[in-house]
Amino acid sequence: MSYIIEIENLSKDYEVGFWKKKRVRALDDLNLQVTGGQIFGFLGGNGAGKTTTIKILMSLIFPTTGKAKILGSDISDVKMRSRIGYCPENPYFYDYLKARELMNYFGELFGLDPALRNQKTEELLTRVGLDEKDWNKQLRKFSKGMLQRVGLAQALINEPEIVFLDEPMSGLDPIGRREIRELIHELREKGTTVFMSTHILSDIEALCDRVAILRKGKLAATGNLDELLSESGAAQVYEVNVKGVAAAALENELKGIAGATISAKPTGANIQITDEKDIDLILPIIRNAGGSLVSVQPVKQSLEELFVKETES
Amino acid sequence: MLNFSVISHIFTIARNTFREAVRDRVLYNLVLFVLLITASAIFLGELTAGQEARTIVNLGLSAMLIFGAFISIFVGVSLVSKEIERRTIYAIFSKPIGRGEFIVGKYLGLCLTLAVNVLIMGVGVSLALLYVGGGRLAFSIWGAIFLIFLELTILTAVAILFSSFSSPALSALLTFFIFVIGHFSASLKEFAANLGSSFTRLFFDVLYYVLPNLSLYSFITNAAHGDAPPVKMTGGAALYALCYVGVLLVVTNLIFSRRNFK
Repeated sequence: MSYIIEIENLSKDYEVGFWKKKRVRALDDLNLQVTGGQIFGFLGGNGAGKTTTIKILMSLIFPTTGKAKILGSDISDVKMRSRIGYCPENPYFYDYLKARELMNYFGELFGLDPALRNQKTEELLTRVGLDEKDWNKQLRKFSKGMLQRVGLAQALINEPEIVFLDEPMSGLDPIGRREIRELIHELREKGTTVFMSTHILSDIEALCDRVAILRKGKLAATGNLDELLSESGAAQVYEVNVKGVAAAALENELKGIAGATISAKPTGANIQITDEKDIDLILPIIRNAGGSLVSVQPVKQSLEELFVKETES
Repeated sequence: MLNFSVISHIFTIARNTFREAVRDRVLYNLVLFVLLITASAIFLGELTAGQEARTIVNLGLSAMLIFGAFISIFVGVSLVSKEIERRTIYAIFSKPIGRGEFIVGKYLGLCLTLAVNVLIMGVGVSLALLYVGGGRLAFSIWGAIFLIFLELTILTAVAILFSSFSSPALSALLTFFIFVIGHFSASLKEFAANLGSSFTRLFFDVLYYVLPNLSLYSFITNAAHGDAPPVKMTGGAALYALCYVGVLLVVTNLIFSRRNFK
């Protein structure tokens, strides 16, 4: 299988301190492969090594050991960068330029002719939801959210095959986030691979096909999101909601069922069991106590729980 | 559709650097310069015609050098450091731009700014000379102005070199020292020749060859007397500047290419 990103044994050490230099490992022997045409989520807590990885891939910093390839070329290959896009975290651009001028400047660096630059500029600034009246404003007058939109637009001016987005939703309001989610979906539909790091787990759940979770510079987990959630080792739990009966009235009867727990609810009780077959045992107990069944549902482990587990374990 | 020619990248970055200088009001120093020249042309009316013109040349070209050096040092050291500090460099290097192209582009952009600055100042001095009746000097000073520009291109390359590995404040200080010492580098050679110890002689000799010989570009006093620099001297000075700047930019690129942008 050919990978669009191949990361092999990538490590990065930083030296900290002034007199007594101390080496701090920001990234530790990372191995990762990403196939094309998908939205890949890169997760991890603060200081987990997400931005360090992306900066190494962009050749902004150099790895201490290991190597990486993008689109089959080594990351040091300057020409390869004409096929990729990048929006940094909290992007900041030349504040003396207007949004239109910035797009034009970057388009020129990609060697696009003036007519195409102009066309792409208008198309992308519209697509990221930047008001036309703001196109000719200097970027120093832009809010954080507006800069984020310009950052996304500039990352797409060369129609990249893969786009790296470092915290793309940062600074955006809920409407902005929804628009950018739609844009990311559209990119995938067009065949563009999206590699995004984010703290916002709902965005990962809504967007990503596959994820990798980093913990203290190391890869903690990687795979399809559903697989990760089901393979996470957490026991399957079923939730039985009951009304018309107090939790205390059921407590004694449930003691005989292994793993069953009960909690009180305003209208009744909530029973949790770990074996599907126990449902048949619980139903007569509820009826005998004068209660009635409201619902039975499997409890799905959330990405948040998985994230907490992988980043804290 | 895509053309990644190095020249085109350098040209694009240089043009943007020039635009940055203009929008950051670097050329506003011209207003001060024009005021200085106008005031001197009016208030030097008491002097005789010859002295008046000479004073304008001395004052005008010295101010041109000082103003230019100020831009070379302070804008030069911030050219790259500002891009790193503000993280604008992230978006540049994720594009098909080599670090060397970036350095050369930034350098040429500032040189273009200095060229425009020097040109406008030169026109100002020439007009002032025509006003006070120094018509001949108004044309003969342009050789000296060209030498000033060449000196500024060297100073800019020094500033960029220092800023590639040290802080802007330290880079500005070091560049200023080089500017001062560079004007006395001929004295360094003489000093070395008179030393007894072979080690110290070697030390000062090395210093003489490593530091830029900016005395090659000092022609202001001669220009005030109506002399124009000989073609051979101007050609030699231009060649020296080209080689010196070339070496500095290569060294800057070597340092910059290994730099991590945390």
